[in-house]
Amino acid sequence: MYAFDFVKPASLDEAVAALGQEGAQPLSGGQTLLASMKQRLNAPDVLVSLRGIAALKGVSREGDALVIGAATTHATVAAEAASDYPGLAALAGQIGDPSVRNMGTLGGSLANNDPSACYPAGVLGSGATVVTNRREIAADDFFQGMFTTALEEGEIITSVRFPIPQKAAYAKFLQPASRFALTAAYVAKFADGVRVAITGASEEGVFRWAEAEAALASDFRPEALDGLSVPADGMIGDLHGTPAYRAHLVGVMTRRAVAAAG
Amino acid sequence: MPKDGGIGASTTRREDARFLTGNGRYTDDINLRGQTYVHFLRSEVAHGRINGIDTSAAEAMPGVIKIFTAADFSAAGGLPCGWQVTDRHGQPMQEPKHPILAEGKVRHVGDPICGIVAETLEQARDAAEAIELDIEELPAVVDMVAALQDGATKVHDDLTSNLCYDWSLGEENLEAVTEAFKNAAHVVSLDLINNRLCANPMETRVAIGDYDPWADQHTLYTTSQNPHVIRLLMGAFVLSLPEHKLRVVAPDVGGGFGSKIYHYAEEAFCTHAAKILKRPVKWTSTRSEAFLSDAHARDHISTVELALDADHKFTALRSKTIANMGAYLSTFAPSIPTWLHGTLMAGPYTTPLIHVNVRAVFTNTVAVDAYRGAGRPEATFQLERLIDKAARELGVEPADLRRKNFINPDQFPYQTPVALEYDSGNFHATMDKAMALADYAGIEARAAEAAKRGKLRGIGMSQYIEACGIAPSNLVGQLGARAGLYETATVRVNATGSISVLTGCHSHGQGHETSFPQIVADMIGIDASQIDLVHGDTANTPMGMGTYGSRSIAVGGSALVKATGKIIDKAKKIAAHLLEAAPEDIELKDGKFSVAGTDKSIDWASVTLAAYVPHNYPLEEMEPGLEETAFYDPNNFTFPSGCYICEVEVDPETGKVDIVNFTAADDFGTVINPMIVEGQVHGGLAQGIGQAMTENCVYDENGQLLSGSFMDYTMPRADDVPGFTVDHSQFTLCTHNPLGAKGCGEAGAIGAPPAVVNAVIDALHRGGHRHVSHVDMPVTPQRVWAAMQK
Repeated sequence: MYAFDFVKPASLDEAVAALGQEGAQPLSGGQTLLASMKQRLNAPDVLVSLRGIAALKGVSREGDALVIGAATTHATVAAEAASDYPGLAALAGQIGDPSVRNMGTLGGSLANNDPSACYPAGVLGSGATVVTNRREIAADDFFQGMFTTALEEGEIITSVRFPIPQKAAYAKFLQPASRFALTAAYVAKFADGVRVAITGASEEGVFRWAEAEAALASDFRPEALDGLSVPADGMIGDLHGTPAYRAHLVGVMTRRAVAAAG
Repeated sequence: MPKDGGIGASTTRREDARFLTGNGRYTDDINLRGQTYVHFLRSEVAHGRINGIDTSAAEAMPGVIKIFTAADFSAAGGLPCGWQVTDRHGQPMQEPKHPILAEGKVRHVGDPICGIVAETLEQARDAAEAIELDIEELPAVVDMVAALQDGATKVHDDLTSNLCYDWSLGEENLEAVTEAFKNAAHVVSLDLINNRLCANPMETRVAIGDYDPWADQHTLYTTSQNPHVIRLLMGAFVLSLPEHKLRVVAPDVGGGFGSKIYHYAEEAFCTHAAKILKRPVKWTSTRSEAFLSDAHARDHISTVELALDADHKFTALRSKTIANMGAYLSTFAPSIPTWLHGTLMAGPYTTPLIHVNVRAVFTNTVAVDAYRGAGRPEATFQLERLIDKAARELGVEPADLRRKNFINPDQFPYQTPVALEYDSGNFHATMDKAMALADYAGIEARAAEAAKRGKLRGIGMSQYIEACGIAPSNLVGQLGARAGLYETATVRVNATGSISVLTGCHSHGQGHETSFPQIVADMIGIDASQIDLVHGDTANTPMGMGTYGSRSIAVGGSALVKATGKIIDKAKKIAAHLLEAAPEDIELKDGKFSVAGTDKSIDWASVTLAAYVPHNYPLEEMEPGLEETAFYDPNNFTFPSGCYICEVEVDPETGKVDIVNFTAADDFGTVINPMIVEGQVHGGLAQGIGQAMTENCVYDENGQLLSGSFMDYTMPRADDVPGFTVDHSQFTLCTHNPLGAKGCGEAGAIGAPPAVVNAVIDALHRGGHRHVSHVDMPVTPQRVWAAMQK
């Protein structure tokens, strides 16, 4: 790890100001950033911790939506979202291991947009809104490909607003070593339709499976997906799964998510 | 025998108290005054010619003390190989130099080029980035088959090819084997890959070199399974340091599994650099470095064929293997695919004719050497997968086919056609026990029930035998070992009766500090708490060969029995003097010496006190004191054996395999501490299941390691393994060592892989996927799913 300066502001304004410095990077739970710094693959001059900003933390019900602060840990979401939005809480409870869940945060995961991360599926599958210090971004516009998001330089996620669906579930097939998603599906049923988000599978990162959404909108049962499949083209191929295997798992995991949502 | 502490007692592991309370003392816990840190600049390419190394800018960086290159080791020897294999034509293997730092070429990703010594580790790492390397990248030789083709790029320019050796066993039988295959009623053949592994002990390797100019004494603290072997190899072959000027200390070691047997470059580097710099030099491997510098394991490509007669008796076996040596020969690498592999090809069966051929090949990958089981898992995997396939093709129950070909209990000692003479075993007994414990007969009902849940359930077995208790020195010497393989023990009885046992074995998870005292406690009849084990420091333990090959109890324990026997003989003479009786009339029981047929007796501590305060002592006949050393060189290998049964459920939608039951019935001979043995079996099974289901070292075609971290190298976790049913009640004694013990450390890793794969194949067949005759390890979800699709 290279030497760096560390600041921990107590307010969002101070954080934004600190991030204006040359070579500054925001630090939330550090589950990706710190590991890459230890390997000398990342060398910020200044780390601006967002963990000291109370306004970025917490889970609260606002009407028909659940609002989660960006610096809220996965463990907190798993515990505190369970009554209002059990599908999302269950997803948070499956991320990494206890130490990851007690350090990693919602905002950090979304800003990183790892193609195998769990939260992007929960956010896209919920049709959530990503709120930043500058604007509100619809989930459909936020995720722009592997490790790429709509965030601009100096823009900080402050919270995410999740509309609460009638039913939702996450079905995750583990990459056996990292225990990220080899392929996972998040399915959410709303009064006006169904959203299906797939993570871990595509080289473009998280995506919506439109055909499945259409089929489930009229018949929310696993059998409604019979005969549907996604093409292997554009799927990730690595040590743990070929593109064809991942394309297959998209169907399996989506059916399982529908079954789990009940 | 002391009721809680003798042979056969499940005494609680005394070393766990310090481990579990954070009081273990590992090599990285040692920090010496004035200590410096070394970081190794390692090759990022698999194969390249070093045209220049410019360290000038780096040397000027803050905190840098010295940057070492190969030129600084011009007077040192290469890292030695401890075993010379002779090929099928009587020629010695090709043995390239293995320099401490790369000379002229780099030969694998991770090959160390420079050692940067600085005041802090971060300063050393910073300086490493300022070193300018001019390396001309060469084509990488990664694929073993391609490496053997004519005209292949050579890993070592001074060798004639990438072939290390072309070795055979049973060459005299070759014609008869060929004839037997011609005349066979059935021939079964199988192509197999034994997947490449990385041991990944929890503690990574660490070395600290220290030099004391007052005594002209070198000390190396290192994470080793065998400090005396490191002292011998590094002192005699690399740095020309005599033993009395070199002390090697291996304190608490957090797992070895074979990977900490070998003499590594970093040990010689730190020892040498400490003298040059007159300051201690410390190196602590990162996990990333461990993947690129620890010896890897297995990595065989094999074809194995079995000939059977009309009655399903095995008539001949043929095995051909290509074994990866990596870029250099690690300490025991050449012996693993040969003498520890080919000699096990009879298994527990009466196959009369066997021919084994192994070609070992150099590639631009990390060196490959022994790992828990070492050669024997590869042999067992070939045999037990092949027999399972044979049973399927013949339409017979796999257990019956095995039984029909077993060496029966009345056939011991049994000379196999592949050099070994098995002294004891009862394969029917362990198979009966395992089948009963696993409810083998109930699989049909369980499979039917699983099918209702949409799961494919199957059962598979393996019957292994291994050669342990390594090894008779004169025999292994004939086979090419450049070391003896005896073991030693010193029993030092103190004046008040407490005992220090000094051993050449090393404990790095095996629980020796508990089980070795149990042997002495049992023989003398005193409480084990009065006995301590001292190990791991060449300065205060007798020359020994260390711990590997399931040898510590069988060989080191036997040395301890001999030394304790000498103590008892002498103590009886002292007691006889004190009791005014003849030594042959003295009996020792429960720590008390008594004169047979009388009520005269004296306790242990009174006798030991007399030995050190010899006021009333037969000084004209005996020296005072009570300390004895014994060397034990075994007459034969020991032969643990057993039957493993694995039951799995396969998810047909995803290919995911869950192990739902696993039963191990082992014959380990005498068991000193059943609880420790059970733990050893659990650990071995977890590693065997890891090989079968999850672990895989994968290089790309350019020699880059794709599985170089725990994000991609899948260590088995607690939820990957089931609760195990373990039994060692069906034992036969080893006939040639005084304990009757055979060793238990490697069994699980040897017997588990074929049982797992056989169970998966059975599940797929029961599920209607009868076209699947084999799935290569690891049987990952993707592979199982892909196999079902064909």
